[in-house]
Amino acid sequence: MQSSPEILKVLENESIEHFRESAAAFQKPVMLYSIGKDSSVLLHLARKAFYPGPIPFPLLHIDTTWKFREMISFRDQIAKDYDLNLIVHTNQAGVDEGINPFTSGISEYTRIMKTVALRQALDKYGFDAAIGGSRRDEEKSRAKERIFSVRESGHRWNPREQRPELWQTYNTKIRPDQTMRIFPLSDWTELDIWNYIYLNDIPINPLYFAKERPIVWRGDQLLMVDDDRFPLINGEKPERKLIRFRTLGCYPLTAGVESTAKSIREVVDEVSQVKLSERATRLIDGDKEDSMEKKKTEGYF
Amino acid sequence: MSKQILKPVIRLTTCGSVDDGKSTLIGRLLVETDSIPHDTVASARNIRRGGSTIAAGEIDFSLLTDGLEAEREQGITIDVAYRSMSLLNGSRLIIADAPGHEQYTRNMAVAASRSDVALVLIDAARGVRPQTLRHLTICALMGVSRVAIVINKLDIFDYSQEKFNEITKSIEGAVSRLKIKDHAFIPVSALAGDNVVHKGANLDWFTGPTLLEYIQNQNLEIDTMTSPHFSIQYISRVGTFRGLAGTLVNGTFSVGDQVTVLPGKNQATISKMITFDGELSTASHGQTLNILLEPEVDAARGDVLHLASNQVIPADRFTANLVWLSESELIHSRSYLLISGSTTTPAIVTSIRHRINPEFGEKDSVKVLKMNEIAEVEIATDIAIALTNYDVSRETGNFILVDRSTLNTVAAGMVVHALRRSANITEQRYEVSAQSRADQKGQTGKVIWLTGLSGSGKSTIANEVAKELFASGRHAYVLDGDNLRLGLNKDLGFSKAGRAENVRRVSEVAKLMLDAGLIVIVALVSPFRVDRDQARELFKPGEFIEVWINTPPELCAARDPKGLYQKAASGELQNLTGVGQEYEPPLNAELVIDGTVDIAINTEKLMEVAK
Repeated sequence: MQSSPEILKVLENESIEHFRESAAAFQKPVMLYSIGKDSSVLLHLARKAFYPGPIPFPLLHIDTTWKFREMISFRDQIAKDYDLNLIVHTNQAGVDEGINPFTSGISEYTRIMKTVALRQALDKYGFDAAIGGSRRDEEKSRAKERIFSVRESGHRWNPREQRPELWQTYNTKIRPDQTMRIFPLSDWTELDIWNYIYLNDIPINPLYFAKERPIVWRGDQLLMVDDDRFPLINGEKPERKLIRFRTLGCYPLTAGVESTAKSIREVVDEVSQVKLSERATRLIDGDKEDSMEKKKTEGYF
Repeated sequence: MSKQILKPVIRLTTCGSVDDGKSTLIGRLLVETDSIPHDTVASARNIRRGGSTIAAGEIDFSLLTDGLEAEREQGITIDVAYRSMSLLNGSRLIIADAPGHEQYTRNMAVAASRSDVALVLIDAARGVRPQTLRHLTICALMGVSRVAIVINKLDIFDYSQEKFNEITKSIEGAVSRLKIKDHAFIPVSALAGDNVVHKGANLDWFTGPTLLEYIQNQNLEIDTMTSPHFSIQYISRVGTFRGLAGTLVNGTFSVGDQVTVLPGKNQATISKMITFDGELSTASHGQTLNILLEPEVDAARGDVLHLASNQVIPADRFTANLVWLSESELIHSRSYLLISGSTTTPAIVTSIRHRINPEFGEKDSVKVLKMNEIAEVEIATDIAIALTNYDVSRETGNFILVDRSTLNTVAAGMVVHALRRSANITEQRYEVSAQSRADQKGQTGKVIWLTGLSGSGKSTIANEVAKELFASGRHAYVLDGDNLRLGLNKDLGFSKAGRAENVRRVSEVAKLMLDAGLIVIVALVSPFRVDRDQARELFKPGEFIEVWINTPPELCAARDPKGLYQKAASGELQNLTGVGQEYEPPLNAELVIDGTVDIAINTEKLMEVAK
């Protein structure tokens, strides 16, 4: 895959159009901010779309309480630097029940701490539209998603009844029981994201850069021991390795890759060589062939 | 400025009948150009859908694009999948893999709407199928300028040149009839891999390009048009700053240009063009920006800026080609929402000129339009909009229609041309107003709209109220549904379309009577919510009073004053509301009358709102 400034300009203009349409058409939109590279690009595009004004809607972070510590500090710094209206929501009931990625089972953990938490937050604040950074190249069911994608009551996605989306003419009308999800990065590829970050000098999380970090091997996955909640198995001892992350999520569910890429330029070079999909480093997706579609029909982003 | 610039992003769609091998072709194209992550390819080697005959360890290419559970279960493509790959010249190719089943034709239209290039597949064993012609027609209608007709599965015929020639001959007529600007015929075997990315050893007789070469050689250029169109999407406000945000298409704008804010007549000069990356002196096609006007004339979301020198006249009547996308059929005279760019306006399909047979192009006259059908129609909008003819610009000549109750997208529209008829009719203003006419009668004009089942008691109560109003010196008139069907509406039936038109005419008559200062009582079944809502829109707040005569269906059937329920029961009468057709009760009626209660009490209730 090649990515060029000319391609990025086309993609950028289209994404800006999606942002403006969302702000104009909905009563109470919100932007999902998940701290990763795609969110960094999404945030940059939102700032561009509404310049010279501020972003006219809040950002929402669903905090599972299991994010990398460096994600949380980065999030708070960005919110401060850009003077963002950031809402952080955690499914407190899930925390109280002790739901965790180690013993609750990955899919149950994801459902309660991510999907349910997201639905809670959308309902609590009455958001009628949520803008997210999903890309069609990430996963097969995402390749089928519209840019303006309707969710039925309970935030359910009905993939067989998607509204026809023609040209760049968007039907943003929704009934009171429906909400909208908007995906301005639909046509972007992973390499586009990195090139755009490079060309626009967009701040991204330090976890994307190679650094010696404490890790353990689980099968062929390389997991970082980010805090002392990580259960070490019979005498396992974390070793230090030069690693970085291709995607960010909950630290027990996000595998790192061995890498020496310490700058965005080096990351771009590395990504253009890699032949595995980025979601290969996510433990959450591998549990069943169509797991993403299942999660999305339940309201997952 | 005249330098032609290649499009950095090209969009392609694949179409053709089901099982012609579209997903396999796309899968092969992606894998052989190394455009798919290796772990994804590995899973397509290991997973098999039921009934698959592909040998273990081989790649099932179709699994790479069919992303939905239902698609993998049924082995068919249901919805469009989008995939990206790079071409040798560095441009991006976005592939929309469209479904082939007839019932999903609308999804194919979705894929074609933005495509520059289409691949129409034909299975050599089955030849040209109805769906092949349908897709070719939609490609032409949707303005796809480059079409490659790909003859697939030639391996079955030992890569026979005669077979290839036979099939190309059988579709040439359709290609020339549809006036497709640029087309090519390409033989391939998607399954064996011949002539897709690599030439292969089996098609030596073919001197043309491989499929990938064909796509690469298109050299699509960015249109350099001179009718810049800027639809205002959003108003950026910061302090006293008020920027008009939107995307410029079809030309360039420069600071100092004189523009008109359509559909109004205000003119102003572009004083600044602002982006995050700095101010621009000139903006070109595809650029998003904020425009400042001098003077700061009134401009809102949905308005469009055009160069004043281009003298664009917005239209509220035009003809268009329509692809009907919804399971519920088109009802002319019913109001839909028309969305074009950032403009949304109520619109009515005033007539269906003809339906176009998608296989052979014949035109026939029809009353309704069903899912996946194509027709040329006339449309009237509430506000005039600055649309371009679709064959001049896809971006500014398209629109969608949205159902007002489900809010689903029901049609894709392509403007043929504006009708100037509307410009010749100017509303005459008379000096005696509705208000003064009502004042003269010492009353407030209003429309009391009684809706309910046949036999619910609408006419009875209308009669009682009319008597009382008359006795108290008021000027009132009853518009009775049955009576009107003896004259004004005698050409109308009782289908959904007939009822919609009935309601529209009665509401227009009521409006004239209101203008005359009268109290108008309408007694009309008017079973459909959208039709009643459309009637309400003709009036100012407070003028239209919707009254639901709520009588249980069993009681109506027992009363059966006109013997209609009996006829319906014997099968003699279809479409009787509440029996053969549904009744949608009002959600926000100003008054609900319980039809089981004594008539005197109900008359008194209604008199309170009528006076």
